[in-house]
Amino acid sequence: MADMTPNKTKMPEQAPEVRNKNFFEVAKGYTPELAVKESNRCLGCRNPHCVEGCPVNVPIPDFIGHIQKGDFEGAYRVLSRANALPAVCGRVCPQENQCEGKCVRGIKGESVGIGNLERFVADWALEHNVANGEKAPANGHRVAVVGSGPAGLTCAGELARMGYSVTVFEAFHVAGGVLSYGIPEFRLPKSIVQKEAANLERMGVDIRLNMVIGKVLSVDELFEMGYEAVFIGSGAGLPQFMGIPGESLVGVFSANEYLTRINLMKAYKPDSPTPVFVSQKAAVLGGGNVAMDAARCARRMGADVHIVYRRGEAELPARAEEVHHAREEGIQFDLLCNPTEILGDEKGRVRAMRCVRMELGEPDASGRRRPVPIEGSEFEMEVDTVIVAIGTSPNPLIRSSTPGLETNKRGCIVTSETGATSREGVFCGGDAATGAATVILAMGAGKTAAKSIDEYIRNK
Amino acid sequence: MPEKYEIVRKKVLTPDISSISVYEPLIAKKARAGQFVILRASPDGERIPLTVSSVSEELVTVVYQKVGDSTMTLDELNEGECLTDLVGPLGVPTPVEGVKRAAVVGGGLGCAIALPVAKALHDAGAKVDLIGGFRTKDLVILEDEMRAACDTLYICTDDGSYGYNGFTTGKLEELLKAGETYDRVYAIGPLVMMKFVCRLTKPYDLPTIVSMNPIMIDGTGMCGCCRVTVDGKVKFACVDGPDFDGHRIDFDETIARASTYKEFEQRRRAEHKCRLEGMTNG
Repeated sequence: MADMTPNKTKMPEQAPEVRNKNFFEVAKGYTPELAVKESNRCLGCRNPHCVEGCPVNVPIPDFIGHIQKGDFEGAYRVLSRANALPAVCGRVCPQENQCEGKCVRGIKGESVGIGNLERFVADWALEHNVANGEKAPANGHRVAVVGSGPAGLTCAGELARMGYSVTVFEAFHVAGGVLSYGIPEFRLPKSIVQKEAANLERMGVDIRLNMVIGKVLSVDELFEMGYEAVFIGSGAGLPQFMGIPGESLVGVFSANEYLTRINLMKAYKPDSPTPVFVSQKAAVLGGGNVAMDAARCARRMGADVHIVYRRGEAELPARAEEVHHAREEGIQFDLLCNPTEILGDEKGRVRAMRCVRMELGEPDASGRRRPVPIEGSEFEMEVDTVIVAIGTSPNPLIRSSTPGLETNKRGCIVTSETGATSREGVFCGGDAATGAATVILAMGAGKTAAKSIDEYIRNK
Repeated sequence: MPEKYEIVRKKVLTPDISSISVYEPLIAKKARAGQFVILRASPDGERIPLTVSSVSEELVTVVYQKVGDSTMTLDELNEGECLTDLVGPLGVPTPVEGVKRAAVVGGGLGCAIALPVAKALHDAGAKVDLIGGFRTKDLVILEDEMRAACDTLYICTDDGSYGYNGFTTGKLEELLKAGETYDRVYAIGPLVMMKFVCRLTKPYDLPTIVSMNPIMIDGTGMCGCCRVTVDGKVKFACVDGPDFDGHRIDFDETIARASTYKEFEQRRRAEHKCRLEGMTNG
């Protein structure tokens, strides 16, 4: 009989006034007891809607059923067959819009804490060195994967499981893509990302670092080297700026730069050789998850932080949980507020930002109400740092070095539903195809592309 | 066979400047004049962008100056030891096609980058004047290599201890006034030098390419840290450059941006020296 408690079992967290001064993980994870307790809230529906809500179709009631019996290893086997990066997804998936959003328990109370349980099982397996490496016998075919972010790692894992010999090319000196350079340590510990990557290596995936495809080797050269198919999962890493005066002043950073310095280059550690700007008061422009990450990092580095977003609370694109965490940590929200100019001092350093108040008008193309400036509401906000987190677009290195690869006007590589591109043998998925989206959607695309690549090579 | 990223050769050029030749055949095969690599000298180290000075079949040579903590750490590595990471070639190669007569101006460490540009031009059939500027005679680097890569080499020293007495801009101006005509000038060195070369060539309507070396992290267009304003538009030096039309660059902004982490770097440099002295003292 299921536990009919209406609320999710809470996951222990660091207190806000403690965690806003450190980079340790905010949510501490379930204990085995808490996990079993939460698992008992699952009704084990015959026709589970949660699975439909999952971009990689994890058999959710099945893995939760193993937790109910205390069989964590069994739970991991089920989970990891469908999801190459469960410890990551358990932490960063927007479950409220996916599996948990469809859970029937959510109708009369809170949904089952599927994300929390996923994280518990994955962490348990990493701690107990349980690998998901069911390696199929080698089939003699080689596939190249460009980028070791969520799309690339998932595609590589799926292909390796089918017996392909897979090489992943990563531009940075660390695997993980946005999982390593973007998402902060306190939300996704980097040791977890490295363990997930190591899991794939144990399955035979060869991850080659410091390889910028489009520069040191082109996609065409990969084919010449004997790879029969290429998956492009190079993400959307090119930062956008506002295009307002003053954006090149000292103290203005893209969220990518700010986060990369802190996460990938470990500038939050006192002895790190990587410089990071010491801010008294920082404005973070944008209202998405990346803006929340940048704001929460700046807060931890000691700054007074303001999120400046031109629309209202209801339009914030970030996950509700991220906004909630940011607020708890003392971050101010200046909503319906749009920067028009960044002002500098005589040394070219940021001293203030000119903003205008906004109000919401008619819905625009995105369906959200369009913000319009309120006349005469201009004011100056005193800041020494401005972090621009208004979005990113795909990097042009691949498209500019791969003849015949069709892209759209936003620079995204055009793909079919199966991940095929305009070039034979070249597949693509994740942010490189969609523009900036979520980790799990990229993983779903990587998984779909792996299937297509398998079909493509078998029918060749 | 050397290991991947192994320092096969290290040469001390001046007390502050050294060159290392690193084993990485893939990059050596691809790199062209004007392109750069990013290296890390230790597992927790910074990513250091350095423009390639020369390549052979399997070796990539870069020249560095011990200016901060990270380059001092790099300098602690010797022949036979390996870099932690090396990635490249990044950036767009310097355009050399169609140039018949060129002046290449290098300042200090910039001469290590001016060298391959002069060589590429020379190899492509251009007649090349190479002007290399240094503070004083003892700091002159790569003189023989530069001489071999051009038609006429002019060494300048600020204090007149060797070659032309004065700045590279003085020598270039002298040549222009004497009636030398160039299709293009390439300036590579300190920002202030490049700014003044551009100021000199502007009235002559003489196309001038400068090589920017702003602060950067990834070198692939991801961080936007290396942005420069060219003709009022934001460009990323790592993917759109590092070469730009010098008459369109906002040098003053670039000079201000270069000072972003000055205080941090001064402190790290002082700490590095303390660590070194601590080691030698016991």
